[in-house]
Amino acid sequence: MSLENFMSDAISPWMKENGPDCDIVMSSRIRLARNFENRTFPLIAKAEDLDDVLNFFQESYQDTDFNERGTMQFLRIADLSPIEKKVFVEKHLISPHLAEHAEEAGVLLSESEQVSIMVNEEDHLRIQLYLPGFQLRKALSEAFEVDDWLEQKITYAFDEERGYLTTCPTNVGTGLRASVMMHLPALTMTHQMNRLTPAINQLGLVVRGIYGEGSEAQGNIYQISNQITLGKSEQDIVEDLESVVSQLIEQERQARETLTEELSIQLEDRVFRSYGTLLHSRIIESKEAATCLSDVRLGIDIGYIQDMPQSILNELMVLIQPGFLQHYAKRSLSGRERDVLRASLIRERLHLENN
Amino acid sequence: MECQECHIRPATLHLTNVVNGQKTEMHVCEHCAKENGYVSYGQEGYSLHNLLSGLFHMNPSTVQGHKHFAQAPAALACPKCGLTYNEFTRIGKFGCASCYETFEDNLNPIFRRVHSGNTKHEGKIPKRMGSGIEKKRKIAAYRESMQQYIQEEEFEKAAELRDKIRLLEQQKDGQEEGES
Repeated sequence: MSLENFMSDAISPWMKENGPDCDIVMSSRIRLARNFENRTFPLIAKAEDLDDVLNFFQESYQDTDFNERGTMQFLRIADLSPIEKKVFVEKHLISPHLAEHAEEAGVLLSESEQVSIMVNEEDHLRIQLYLPGFQLRKALSEAFEVDDWLEQKITYAFDEERGYLTTCPTNVGTGLRASVMMHLPALTMTHQMNRLTPAINQLGLVVRGIYGEGSEAQGNIYQISNQITLGKSEQDIVEDLESVVSQLIEQERQARETLTEELSIQLEDRVFRSYGTLLHSRIIESKEAATCLSDVRLGIDIGYIQDMPQSILNELMVLIQPGFLQHYAKRSLSGRERDVLRASLIRERLHLENN
Repeated sequence: MECQECHIRPATLHLTNVVNGQKTEMHVCEHCAKENGYVSYGQEGYSLHNLLSGLFHMNPSTVQGHKHFAQAPAALACPKCGLTYNEFTRIGKFGCASCYETFEDNLNPIFRRVHSGNTKHEGKIPKRMGSGIEKKRKIAAYRESMQQYIQEEEFEKAAELRDKIRLLEQQKDGQEEGES
Protein backbone atom coordinates (compact mmCIF):
# COMPACT_ATOMS: atom_id res chain seq x y z
CA MET A 1 0.00 0.00 0.00
CA SER A 2 1.34 3.46 -0.78
CA LEU A 3 1.93 5.76 2.13
CA GLU A 4 -0.67 8.20 0.86
CA ASN A 5 -3.36 5.57 0.82
CA PHE A 6 -2.30 4.21 4.15
CA MET A 7 -2.40 7.66 5.70
CA SER A 8 -5.85 8.44 4.41
CA ASP A 9 -6.91 5.14 5.95
CA ALA A 10 -5.02 5.69 9.16
CA ILE A 11 -6.12 9.19 10.05
CA SER A 12 -9.74 9.77 10.97
CA PRO A 13 -11.32 12.06 8.35
CA TRP A 14 -12.35 14.64 10.97
CA MET A 15 -8.72 15.10 12.01
CA LYS A 16 -7.79 16.63 8.66
CA GLU A 17 -10.16 19.55 9.13
CA ASN A 18 -9.17 22.74 10.87
CA GLY A 19 -11.14 24.11 13.79
CA PRO A 20 -11.14 27.31 15.85
CA ASP A 21 -7.84 27.98 17.69
CA CYS A 22 -6.39 24.84 16.12
CA ASP A 23 -2.86 26.24 16.39
CA ILE A 24 -3.13 25.30 20.08
CA VAL A 25 -6.21 23.15 20.64
CA MET A 26 -5.89 20.01 18.53
CA SER A 27 -9.30 18.53 19.32
CA SER A 28 -12.34 18.74 21.59
CA ARG A 29 -14.02 15.63 22.94
CA ILE A 30 -17.27 14.90 24.76
CA ARG A 31 -17.84 11.54 26.44
CA LEU A 32 -21.15 10.47 27.97
CA ALA A 33 -21.45 7.36 30.18
CA ARG A 34 -24.82 5.58 30.01
CA ASN A 35 -26.25 2.28 31.26
CA PHE A 36 -29.31 0.16 30.56
CA GLU A 37 -31.95 0.39 33.28
CA ASN A 38 -32.57 -3.25 34.05
CA ARG A 39 -29.22 -4.83 33.38
CA THR A 40 -26.25 -5.52 35.60
CA PHE A 41 -23.36 -3.17 34.81
CA PRO A 42 -20.62 -4.77 32.64
CA LEU A 43 -18.09 -4.88 35.48
CA ILE A 44 -19.78 -7.81 37.24
CA ALA A 45 -22.28 -8.93 34.59
CA LYS A 46 -22.31 -12.51 33.33
CA ALA A 47 -21.07 -13.24 29.82
CA GLU A 48 -24.57 -14.01 28.53
CA ASP A 49 -25.89 -10.65 29.79
CA LEU A 50 -23.09 -8.87 28.01
CA ASP A 51 -23.77 -10.88 24.88
CA ASP A 52 -27.41 -9.80 25.08
CA VAL A 53 -26.35 -6.17 25.06
CA LEU A 54 -24.04 -6.73 22.10
CA ASN A 55 -26.70 -8.57 20.14
CA PHE A 56 -29.25 -5.89 20.89
CA PHE A 57 -26.82 -3.28 19.65
CA GLN A 58 -25.93 -5.18 16.53
CA GLU A 59 -29.57 -5.80 15.64
CA SER A 60 -30.75 -2.30 16.44
CA TYR A 61 -27.95 -0.17 15.05
CA GLN A 62 -25.81 -2.09 12.54
CA ASP A 63 -25.91 -0.23 9.23
CA THR A 64 -28.54 2.23 10.45
CA ASP A 65 -28.38 5.78 9.21
CA PHE A 66 -28.03 8.54 11.74
CA ASN A 67 -28.93 11.92 10.25
CA GLU A 68 -26.13 13.40 8.15
CA ARG A 69 -23.54 11.22 9.82
CA GLY A 70 -24.19 8.45 7.37
CA THR A 71 -24.22 4.75 8.00
CA MET A 72 -23.15 3.53 11.42
CA GLN A 73 -20.90 0.50 11.50
CA PHE A 74 -20.90 -1.97 14.37
CA LEU A 75 -17.77 -3.98 15.18
CA ARG A 76 -17.15 -6.67 17.76
CA ILE A 77 -13.77 -6.11 19.36
CA ALA A 78 -13.20 -9.87 19.44
CA ASP A 79 -13.21 -9.85 15.63
CA LEU A 80 -10.28 -7.42 15.47
CA SER A 81 -6.65 -8.58 15.30
CA PRO A 82 -4.36 -7.56 18.19
CA ILE A 83 -2.70 -4.97 15.95
CA GLU A 84 -6.04 -3.58 14.78
CA LYS A 85 -7.08 -3.22 18.40
CA LYS A 86 -3.93 -1.23 19.12
CA VAL A 87 -4.62 0.99 16.13
CA PHE A 88 -8.16 1.67 17.36
CA VAL A 89 -6.74 2.68 20.75
CA GLU A 90 -4.10 4.92 19.17
CA LYS A 91 -6.80 6.61 17.10
CA HIS A 92 -8.74 7.11 20.36
CA LEU A 93 -11.73 5.25 18.89
CA ILE A 94 -11.76 2.80 21.78
CA SER A 95 -10.22 2.88 25.24
CA PRO A 96 -7.40 0.57 26.38
CA HIS A 97 -9.92 -0.91 28.83
CA LEU A 98 -12.25 -1.92 25.99
CA ALA A 99 -9.39 -3.48 24.01
CA GLU A 100 -8.38 -5.56 27.03
CA HIS A 101 -11.88 -6.81 27.80
CA ALA A 102 -12.51 -7.69 24.21
CA GLU A 103 -14.53 -10.91 24.52
CA GLU A 104 -17.89 -9.24 24.99
CA ALA A 105 -17.22 -5.71 23.80
CA GLY A 106 -18.14 -3.75 20.70
CA VAL A 107 -18.03 -0.33 19.10
CA LEU A 108 -20.45 1.56 16.85
CA LEU A 109 -18.65 3.99 14.54
CA SER A 110 -19.87 6.80 12.32
CA GLU A 111 -18.47 7.16 8.81
CA SER A 112 -16.12 10.02 9.68
CA GLU A 113 -15.09 8.25 12.92
CA GLN A 114 -16.19 11.38 14.72
CA VAL A 115 -18.73 9.46 16.76
CA SER A 116 -17.76 6.25 18.47
CA ILE A 117 -20.03 4.43 20.89
CA MET A 118 -18.24 1.84 23.00
CA VAL A 119 -20.41 -1.03 24.17
CA ASN A 120 -19.69 -2.94 27.42
CA GLU A 121 -16.87 -0.74 28.54
CA GLU A 122 -16.92 0.01 32.26
CA ASP A 123 -20.45 1.23 31.56
CA HIS A 124 -22.81 -0.32 29.01
CA LEU A 125 -22.36 2.66 26.73
CA ARG A 126 -19.68 5.27 26.35
CA ILE A 127 -20.66 7.82 23.71
CA GLN A 128 -17.68 9.75 22.34
CA LEU A 129 -17.75 12.67 19.96
CA TYR A 130 -14.74 14.53 18.58
CA LEU A 131 -14.44 17.89 16.82
CA PRO A 132 -11.24 19.45 15.49
CA GLY A 133 -9.97 22.55 17.32
CA PHE A 134 -11.64 24.30 20.23
CA GLN A 135 -15.41 23.77 20.00
CA LEU A 136 -16.64 22.11 23.16
CA ARG A 137 -20.14 23.56 23.10
CA LYS A 138 -20.80 22.34 19.59
CA ALA A 139 -19.39 18.94 20.53
CA LEU A 140 -21.73 18.82 23.53
CA SER A 141 -24.84 19.60 21.52
CA GLU A 142 -23.87 17.04 18.87
CA ALA A 143 -23.20 14.42 21.55
CA PHE A 144 -26.67 15.14 22.98
CA GLU A 145 -28.13 14.41 19.54
CA VAL A 146 -26.44 11.01 19.56
CA ASP A 147 -27.65 10.44 23.12
CA ASP A 148 -31.25 11.28 22.14
CA TRP A 149 -31.00 9.08 19.07
CA LEU A 150 -29.91 6.07 21.15
CA GLU A 151 -32.51 6.79 23.79
CA GLN A 152 -35.31 6.15 21.31
CA LYS A 153 -34.63 2.45 21.70
CA ILE A 154 -32.99 2.23 25.14
CA THR A 155 -34.29 2.97 28.64
CA TYR A 156 -31.35 4.42 30.54
CA ALA A 157 -30.55 3.85 34.20
CA PHE A 158 -31.54 7.26 35.56
CA ASP A 159 -32.51 8.55 38.97
CA GLU A 160 -34.16 11.92 39.58
CA GLU A 161 -31.85 12.64 42.50
CA ARG A 162 -28.57 11.14 41.24
CA GLY A 163 -28.90 11.56 37.49
CA TYR A 164 -27.44 9.01 35.07
CA LEU A 165 -26.30 6.01 37.10
CA THR A 166 -22.80 4.78 36.31
CA THR A 167 -20.50 1.97 37.45
CA CYS A 168 -17.99 4.37 39.00
CA PRO A 169 -19.11 7.02 41.52
CA THR A 170 -16.79 9.49 39.77
CA ASN A 171 -19.06 9.55 36.69
CA VAL A 172 -22.53 9.66 38.26
CA GLY A 173 -24.88 12.55 37.46
CA THR A 174 -24.13 13.84 33.99
CA GLY A 175 -21.77 10.97 33.05
CA LEU A 176 -19.92 13.72 31.19
CA ARG A 177 -16.21 13.93 30.60
CA ALA A 178 -15.41 16.96 28.45
CA SER A 179 -11.81 17.29 27.33
CA VAL A 180 -9.48 19.10 25.00
CA MET A 181 -6.13 18.04 23.57
CA MET A 182 -3.75 21.01 23.68
CA HIS A 183 -0.31 21.53 22.19
CA LEU A 184 1.56 23.69 24.73
CA PRO A 185 5.23 23.79 23.73
CA ALA A 186 6.01 27.33 24.89
CA LEU A 187 4.43 26.89 28.32
CA THR A 188 6.36 23.64 28.72
CA MET A 189 9.69 25.12 27.57
CA THR A 190 9.36 27.99 30.01
CA HIS A 191 8.46 25.55 32.83
CA GLN A 192 5.13 27.25 33.35
CA MET A 193 3.13 24.02 33.04
CA ASN A 194 4.65 22.82 36.34
CA ARG A 195 3.20 25.89 37.97
CA LEU A 196 -0.12 25.89 36.11
CA THR A 197 -1.02 22.22 36.56
CA PRO A 198 -1.65 22.38 40.34
CA ALA A 199 -3.69 25.56 39.86
CA ILE A 200 -5.82 23.86 37.20
CA ASN A 201 -6.30 20.86 39.49
CA GLN A 202 -7.62 23.12 42.19
CA LEU A 203 -10.40 24.21 39.85
CA GLY A 204 -11.65 20.63 39.67
CA LEU A 205 -10.02 19.95 36.31
CA VAL A 206 -7.44 17.30 35.45
CA VAL A 207 -4.31 17.60 33.31
CA ARG A 208 -2.99 14.43 31.68
CA GLY A 209 -0.75 13.20 28.88
CA ILE A 210 -2.00 12.35 25.39
CA TYR A 211 -3.01 8.75 26.09
CA GLY A 212 -4.99 9.37 29.25
CA GLU A 213 -4.52 8.52 32.89
CA GLY A 214 -0.90 8.07 33.93
CA SER A 215 0.59 8.77 30.51
CA GLU A 216 3.17 11.52 30.18
CA ALA A 217 2.83 14.58 28.01
CA GLN A 218 4.40 13.19 24.84
CA GLY A 219 5.19 15.92 22.34
CA ASN A 220 4.02 18.66 24.73
CA ILE A 221 0.45 17.54 24.21
CA TYR A 222 -1.82 17.76 27.23
CA GLN A 223 -5.34 16.55 27.80
CA ILE A 224 -7.45 18.72 30.08
CA SER A 225 -10.80 17.52 31.36
CA ASN A 226 -13.43 17.99 34.05
CA GLN A 227 -13.45 15.83 37.17
CA ILE A 228 -16.80 16.69 38.73
CA THR A 229 -19.87 15.17 37.09
CA LEU A 230 -22.53 15.60 39.78
CA GLY A 231 -24.35 18.76 40.83
CA LYS A 232 -23.44 20.86 37.80
CA SER A 233 -25.24 21.00 34.49
CA GLU A 234 -23.42 19.84 31.37
CA GLN A 235 -23.45 23.41 30.08
CA ASP A 236 -21.80 24.71 33.26
CA ILE A 237 -19.18 21.95 33.21
CA VAL A 238 -18.31 22.78 29.61
CA GLU A 239 -18.26 26.53 30.27
CA ASP A 240 -15.92 26.13 33.25
CA LEU A 241 -13.55 24.03 31.17
CA GLU A 242 -13.80 26.51 28.30
CA SER A 243 -12.82 29.45 30.44
CA VAL A 244 -9.69 27.68 31.74
CA VAL A 245 -8.76 26.52 28.24
CA SER A 246 -9.20 30.07 26.89
CA GLN A 247 -6.80 31.34 29.52
CA LEU A 248 -4.28 28.63 28.69
CA ILE A 249 -4.51 29.55 25.00
CA GLU A 250 -3.86 33.17 25.91
CA GLN A 251 -0.87 32.25 28.11
CA GLU A 252 0.60 29.92 25.49
CA ARG A 253 0.31 32.68 22.86
CA GLN A 254 2.05 35.13 25.19
CA ALA A 255 4.81 32.64 25.99
CA ARG A 256 5.34 32.04 22.25
CA GLU A 257 5.56 35.78 21.68
CA THR A 258 8.10 36.21 24.47
CA LEU A 259 10.17 33.32 23.16
CA THR A 260 10.23 34.64 19.61
CA GLU A 261 11.12 38.13 20.82
CA GLU A 262 13.80 37.25 23.32
CA LEU A 263 15.22 33.96 22.11
CA SER A 264 14.42 34.15 18.44
CA ILE A 265 17.63 32.62 17.06
CA GLN A 266 17.79 29.89 19.71
CA LEU A 267 14.19 28.94 19.04
CA GLU A 268 14.69 28.95 15.29
CA ASP A 269 17.79 26.77 15.78
CA ARG A 270 15.87 24.30 17.87
CA VAL A 271 13.01 24.12 15.36
CA PHE A 272 15.30 23.49 12.40
CA ARG A 273 17.48 20.98 14.26
CA SER A 274 14.35 19.00 15.02
CA TYR A 275 13.19 19.39 11.43
CA GLY A 276 16.58 18.09 10.29
CA THR A 277 16.33 15.12 12.62
CA LEU A 278 12.94 14.17 11.23
CA LEU A 279 14.08 14.66 7.62
CA HIS A 280 17.26 12.63 7.92
CA SER A 281 17.32 10.21 10.84
CA ARG A 282 17.37 6.48 10.15
CA ILE A 283 16.49 5.30 13.66
CA ILE A 284 14.13 7.25 15.90
CA GLU A 285 12.34 6.39 19.15
CA SER A 286 8.77 7.52 19.65
CA LYS A 287 9.70 9.95 22.43
CA GLU A 288 12.32 11.74 20.35
CA ALA A 289 10.01 11.76 17.35
CA ALA A 290 7.23 13.31 19.44
CA THR A 291 9.56 16.02 20.75
CA CYS A 292 10.82 16.86 17.26
CA LEU A 293 7.29 16.88 15.85
CA SER A 294 6.26 19.30 18.56
CA ASP A 295 9.16 21.62 17.66
CA VAL A 296 8.36 21.45 13.96
CA ARG A 297 4.70 22.15 14.60
CA LEU A 298 5.67 25.17 16.69
CA GLY A 299 7.93 26.27 13.82
CA ILE A 300 4.98 26.04 11.43
CA ASP A 301 2.71 28.01 13.78
CA ILE A 302 5.30 30.77 14.25
CA GLY A 303 6.12 30.89 10.54
CA TYR A 304 9.72 29.62 10.54
CA ILE A 305 8.67 26.66 8.42
CA GLN A 306 6.41 27.32 5.47
CA ASP A 307 4.46 25.15 3.05
CA MET A 308 3.81 22.52 5.68
CA PRO A 309 0.28 21.86 6.94
CA GLN A 310 -0.43 22.33 10.65
CA SER A 311 -2.17 18.97 10.76
CA ILE A 312 1.19 17.25 10.32
CA LEU A 313 1.57 16.95 14.09
CA ASN A 314 -1.86 15.37 14.58
CA GLU A 315 -1.21 12.97 11.72
CA LEU A 316 2.30 11.91 12.56
CA MET A 317 1.66 11.64 16.31
CA VAL A 318 -0.77 8.83 15.50
CA LEU A 319 1.39 7.34 12.77
CA ILE A 320 4.51 6.95 14.93
CA GLN A 321 2.73 4.85 17.60
CA PRO A 322 3.74 1.16 17.81
CA GLY A 323 0.33 -0.18 16.74
CA PHE A 324 0.24 1.86 13.56
CA LEU A 325 3.77 0.96 12.55
CA GLN A 326 2.94 -2.72 12.87
CA HIS A 327 -0.34 -2.23 11.05
CA TYR A 328 1.63 -0.69 8.19
CA ALA A 329 4.23 -3.47 8.22
CA LYS A 330 1.39 -6.02 8.53
CA ARG A 331 3.32 -7.95 11.19
CA SER A 332 4.63 -7.45 14.72
CA LEU A 333 7.97 -5.68 14.96
CA SER A 334 10.78 -5.58 17.50
CA GLY A 335 11.62 -2.28 19.17
CA ARG A 336 14.57 -1.62 16.87
CA GLU A 337 12.58 -2.53 13.76
CA ARG A 338 9.90 -0.07 14.84
CA ASP A 339 12.46 2.72 15.33
CA VAL A 340 13.79 2.14 11.80
CA LEU A 341 10.34 1.99 10.22
CA ARG A 342 9.25 5.06 12.18
CA ALA A 343 12.20 7.07 10.85
CA SER A 344 11.53 5.98 7.29
CA LEU A 345 7.78 6.70 7.45
CA ILE A 346 8.41 10.18 8.83
CA ARG A 347 10.95 10.91 6.07
CA GLU A 348 8.57 9.69 3.42
CA ARG A 349 5.66 11.69 4.82
CA LEU A 350 7.69 14.91 4.93
CA HIS A 351 8.86 14.37 1.36
CA LEU A 352 5.24 14.19 0.24
CA GLU A 353 4.94 17.82 1.36
CA ASN A 354 8.26 18.92 -0.13
CA ASN A 355 7.49 17.71 -3.63
CA MET B 1 16.51 30.63 43.36
CA GLU B 2 18.92 28.30 41.61
CA CYS B 3 19.09 24.55 42.03
CA GLN B 4 21.45 23.61 44.90
CA GLU B 5 22.67 20.52 43.05
CA CYS B 6 23.58 21.69 39.55
CA HIS B 7 23.60 25.46 40.18
CA ILE B 8 22.46 25.95 36.59
CA ARG B 9 18.71 25.44 36.31
CA PRO B 10 16.20 27.24 38.53
CA ALA B 11 14.90 25.29 41.52
CA THR B 12 11.33 24.29 40.82
CA LEU B 13 10.92 21.72 43.59
CA HIS B 14 11.11 22.58 47.25
CA LEU B 15 11.29 19.54 49.47
CA THR B 16 11.05 19.45 53.21
CA ASN B 17 12.29 16.41 55.08
CA VAL B 18 11.68 15.81 58.76
CA VAL B 19 13.84 13.09 60.30
CA ASN B 20 13.84 12.66 64.10
CA GLY B 21 12.47 16.15 64.47
CA GLN B 22 15.33 17.54 62.36
CA LYS B 23 14.01 19.60 59.48
CA THR B 24 16.03 19.87 56.28
CA GLU B 25 15.00 21.81 53.21
CA MET B 26 16.06 21.19 49.64
CA HIS B 27 15.66 23.38 46.59
CA VAL B 28 16.36 21.55 43.38
CA CYS B 29 15.36 21.52 39.74
CA GLU B 30 13.22 18.78 38.29
CA HIS B 31 16.15 17.21 36.52
CA CYS B 32 18.34 16.84 39.62
CA ALA B 33 15.40 15.67 41.70
CA LYS B 34 14.88 12.87 39.19
CA GLU B 35 18.61 12.02 38.96
CA ASN B 36 19.00 11.81 42.71
CA GLY B 37 15.75 10.00 43.29
CA TYR B 38 14.19 12.67 45.51
CA VAL B 39 10.90 12.13 43.75
CA SER B 40 9.71 9.13 41.85
CA TYR B 41 8.02 10.02 38.61
CA GLY B 42 6.78 6.54 37.90
CA GLN B 43 4.07 6.96 40.49
CA GLU B 44 2.89 10.28 39.22
CA GLY B 45 -0.12 8.78 37.53
CA TYR B 46 -1.84 7.83 40.76
CA SER B 47 -4.81 5.61 40.48
CA LEU B 48 -8.02 7.43 41.17
CA HIS B 49 -9.43 4.07 41.97
CA ASN B 50 -7.12 3.47 44.96
CA LEU B 51 -7.90 6.90 46.18
CA LEU B 52 -11.60 6.19 45.97
CA SER B 53 -11.70 2.96 47.84
CA GLY B 54 -9.68 4.81 50.47
CA LEU B 55 -12.53 7.29 50.74
CA PHE B 56 -15.08 4.57 51.27
CA HIS B 57 -13.18 3.25 54.24
CA MET B 58 -13.21 6.50 56.10
CA ASN B 59 -13.78 6.45 59.78
CA PRO B 60 -17.54 6.68 60.37
CA SER B 61 -17.05 8.89 63.40
CA THR B 62 -15.68 11.65 61.18
CA VAL B 63 -18.83 11.68 59.11
CA GLN B 64 -21.48 13.74 60.77
CA GLY B 65 -25.13 14.21 60.11
CA HIS B 66 -25.61 10.70 58.84
CA LYS B 67 -27.36 8.61 61.37
CA HIS B 68 -27.16 5.38 59.40
CA PHE B 69 -23.53 5.62 58.63
CA ALA B 70 -22.24 4.42 61.98
CA GLN B 71 -23.91 1.07 61.42
CA ALA B 72 -22.47 0.69 57.90
CA PRO B 73 -23.97 -2.66 57.08
CA ALA B 74 -21.13 -4.77 55.80
CA ALA B 75 -23.40 -7.68 54.99
CA LEU B 76 -25.97 -5.56 53.13
CA ALA B 77 -26.32 -6.89 49.59
CA CYS B 78 -28.03 -5.56 46.48
CA PRO B 79 -31.12 -7.69 45.76
CA LYS B 80 -30.68 -7.32 41.98
CA CYS B 81 -27.01 -8.04 41.30
CA GLY B 82 -25.86 -9.46 44.64
CA LEU B 83 -23.03 -6.98 45.22
CA THR B 84 -22.43 -6.62 48.97
CA TYR B 85 -21.58 -3.36 50.67
CA ASN B 86 -18.21 -4.83 51.54
CA GLU B 87 -17.41 -5.59 47.92
CA PHE B 88 -18.65 -2.14 46.92
CA THR B 89 -16.21 -0.43 49.25
CA ARG B 90 -13.39 -2.72 48.12
CA ILE B 91 -13.77 -2.26 44.36
CA GLY B 92 -15.20 1.26 44.56
CA LYS B 93 -17.79 0.56 41.85
CA PHE B 94 -21.52 -0.15 41.63
CA GLY B 95 -22.86 -3.42 40.24
CA CYS B 96 -26.19 -2.18 38.84
CA ALA B 97 -28.72 0.64 39.06
CA SER B 98 -30.36 -0.91 42.14
CA CYS B 99 -27.11 -0.70 44.11
CA TYR B 100 -27.72 3.05 44.31
CA GLU B 101 -30.96 2.42 46.22
CA THR B 102 -29.53 -0.37 48.35
CA PHE B 103 -26.55 1.63 49.56
CA GLU B 104 -28.42 4.97 49.49
CA ASP B 105 -27.83 5.74 53.17
CA ASN B 106 -24.06 5.62 52.77
CA LEU B 107 -23.64 7.41 49.46
CA ASN B 108 -23.92 11.10 50.28
CA PRO B 109 -20.56 11.36 52.08
CA ILE B 110 -18.86 9.58 49.18
CA PHE B 111 -20.44 11.76 46.49
CA ARG B 112 -19.74 14.88 48.50
CA ARG B 113 -16.05 14.06 48.58
CA VAL B 114 -15.77 13.04 44.95
CA HIS B 115 -17.89 15.86 43.53
CA SER B 116 -16.88 18.88 45.66
CA GLY B 117 -19.81 18.67 48.02
CA ASN B 118 -22.50 17.92 45.43
CA THR B 119 -25.02 15.11 45.87
CA LYS B 120 -27.84 16.08 43.52
CA HIS B 121 -27.97 15.87 39.72
CA GLU B 122 -28.52 19.18 37.92
CA GLY B 123 -28.07 18.28 34.29
CA LYS B 124 -29.75 16.51 31.39
CA ILE B 125 -32.84 14.38 31.85
CA PRO B 126 -33.75 11.52 29.52
CA LYS B 127 -36.33 12.77 27.04
CA ARG B 128 -38.74 9.96 27.72
CA MET B 129 -39.09 10.50 31.47
CA GLY B 130 -38.21 14.14 31.25
CA SER B 131 -41.21 16.46 31.20
CA GLY B 132 -42.42 15.84 34.76
CA ILE B 133 -39.01 16.30 36.32
CA GLU B 134 -38.31 19.39 34.28
CA LYS B 135 -41.55 20.98 35.43
CA LYS B 136 -40.73 20.25 39.05
CA ARG B 137 -37.32 21.85 38.63
CA LYS B 138 -38.82 24.92 37.01
CA ILE B 139 -41.34 25.34 39.82
CA ALA B 140 -38.61 24.98 42.44
CA ALA B 141 -36.50 27.62 40.67
CA TYR B 142 -39.49 30.04 40.42
CA ARG B 143 -40.27 29.55 44.12
CA GLU B 144 -36.72 30.42 45.04
CA SER B 145 -36.65 33.65 43.07
CA MET B 146 -40.17 34.50 44.31
CA GLN B 147 -38.89 34.35 47.90
CA GLN B 148 -36.01 36.56 46.85
CA TYR B 149 -38.40 39.17 45.41
CA ILE B 150 -40.58 39.07 48.55
CA GLN B 151 -37.56 39.76 50.73
CA GLU B 152 -36.61 42.64 48.46
CA GLU B 153 -40.24 43.82 48.64
CA GLU B 154 -40.61 43.59 44.87
CA PHE B 155 -44.15 42.30 45.23
CA GLU B 156 -45.23 42.86 41.64
CA LYS B 157 -42.49 40.63 40.34
CA ALA B 158 -43.21 38.08 43.05
CA ALA B 159 -46.87 38.01 42.02
CA GLU B 160 -45.90 37.42 38.41
CA LEU B 161 -43.91 34.39 39.46
CA ARG B 162 -46.75 33.15 41.69
CA ASP B 163 -49.04 33.15 38.66
CA LYS B 164 -46.46 31.29 36.59
CA ILE B 165 -46.12 28.65 39.29
CA ARG B 166 -49.92 28.24 39.48
CA LEU B 167 -50.09 27.83 35.75
CA LEU B 168 -47.40 25.16 35.77
CA GLU B 169 -49.02 23.30 38.65
CA GLN B 170 -52.38 23.30 36.93
CA GLN B 171 -50.79 21.95 33.78
CA LYS B 172 -49.24 19.17 35.80
CA ASP B 173 -52.54 18.28 37.43
CA GLY B 174 -54.32 18.37 34.13
CA GLN B 175 -51.77 16.07 32.57
CA GLU B 176 -51.94 13.59 35.37
CA GLU B 177 -55.72 13.47 35.14
CA GLY B 178 -55.46 12.99 31.45
CA GLU B 179 -53.06 10.11 31.87
CA SER B 180 -54.94 8.21 34.52
